[in-house]
Amino acid sequence: MGFLDAVLGRRKPARPNLDSLFALPSAAITVQAALDFVPTGRAAVAFRSPEGRAFADVEAEVRALLDADGGPPVEVREDGFGFDWVVIGTDPADLGAAVIDAHAVNTSLVEGGFGPQLLCSLVSFRGPQDEPLALVYLYKAGTFYPFAPKSGSEQQRDNVRELQVRDLLTGELPMEANLSRWFAVWDAPGL
Amino acid sequence: MARTRYGTDRGLTVRMFGTLFGLGLMYVILAAALYALGFSAILILGISGALLFGQWWFSDTLSMKAMRAVEVTPEQAPQLHAVVDRLCAMADMPKPRVGIADNDAPNAFATGRSPDRSVVVVTTGLLRRLNRDELEGVLAHELSHVAHRDVTVMTVASFTAILAGFMVRSAMWGSMMRGRRDQSTALMFLAVMVVSVVVYLISYLLINALSRYRELGADRGAALLTGQPTALASALTKITGDMASIPTQDIRQMESVSAFAFAPAVAGKREFTLEQWFSTHPPLEKRLAQLAKIAGELGQR
Repeated sequence: MGFLDAVLGRRKPARPNLDSLFALPSAAITVQAALDFVPTGRAAVAFRSPEGRAFADVEAEVRALLDADGGPPVEVREDGFGFDWVVIGTDPADLGAAVIDAHAVNTSLVEGGFGPQLLCSLVSFRGPQDEPLALVYLYKAGTFYPFAPKSGSEQQRDNVRELQVRDLLTGELPMEANLSRWFAVWDAPGL
Repeated sequence: MARTRYGTDRGLTVRMFGTLFGLGLMYVILAAALYALGFSAILILGISGALLFGQWWFSDTLSMKAMRAVEVTPEQAPQLHAVVDRLCAMADMPKPRVGIADNDAPNAFATGRSPDRSVVVVTTGLLRRLNRDELEGVLAHELSHVAHRDVTVMTVASFTAILAGFMVRSAMWGSMMRGRRDQSTALMFLAVMVVSVVVYLISYLLINALSRYRELGADRGAALLTGQPTALASALTKITGDMASIPTQDIRQMESVSAFAFAPAVAGKREFTLEQWFSTHPPLEKRLAQLAKIAGELGQR
């Protein structure tokens, strides 16, 4: 943010960086090989839907686009914070196809002028004991971080596992270095 | 490159620039007056500068103490932290600390010398009264203050007013001490005093005007970040409506932080326009009108 923006009390909205998403499928193979966490084939895109007709139209277009191509089924769910999650589920699990669709959702929103509304995307994994794990992509920072809720316990994270995943993927994906930005996505649709 | 819906508000930019220019001009006039009168201003400048610097440097601690606010961890207030987390992720800004003040008056403020050293505080009264989307709007407003570095900008702007305040006091003191011995010295100090009072008044008006524009800027930033101008408008209506009915006795203590607070702490009547000039926050109607305009822009295809 520039000096002039500070003086004038304004700020340019942060722009999303979409291309890093395509690095996910190969990173998933690394995770599977090293930790035995299998991709579920689900991807989810989260955004804060703004009020007004324009966004509703863009959202309808996105749905029509994804339903028309005969690809994996999508559904839109709202979480407890007012954010909408477009969940793409592939069966049998096909992370590559899910990522391509997630990217299409992003591109449509950005082209509609709603790029600043994008929050994050995630792809989910399951461990050998069915533990959930997600790789979350922060659009505005252009970085990934792992999110591993402890199964069976109330809102606790398996930080050891998360750090393990980060160390594993550091060479492969741009991992978020600032740990305070690894915000939790409890009960995120698609997790 | 994708198009954007978030244009800048040129009118607001021009007004803010004008206010800042006015403040700078006042400072230049003051310096010239000082020089013409042969006043030794270096000491005063040093003292007031140091005071203001301290106020800015410790702004987070001072404001939290003044409001009796305590910092809360994500475990203590998971919902509040989660909302701040999401807003910071969308705006790509460092997450400030989060505090809660046990006060039934619904209000919120943000303070701190830099975005990395900031704290956002909400009162328990605010948490009780607002729904999820309204709370999100208020937090986005406070985060916009942080992102716009409003504490720093307002501190720098306050410099002239504080400087002039010092001058008034020292001029009064000086004329009392030396006035009897030398007639012309007394006149000189009288002149300094008059100039200082005028400078102080005008810079005070300008600072408040600047504060009002910063508020509008923060409202705008919040509405664009969340995409929900109507939720913010609803929060504003709730807060300012409630504020007016609360006795001012208790709330007057909040005066010292009201420049960075969400709604002015001392509720006043809006009978004539002069009062607007002395207010740190724009009138509710003006804020609602701006939010309605943004809502219209967001709805356009």
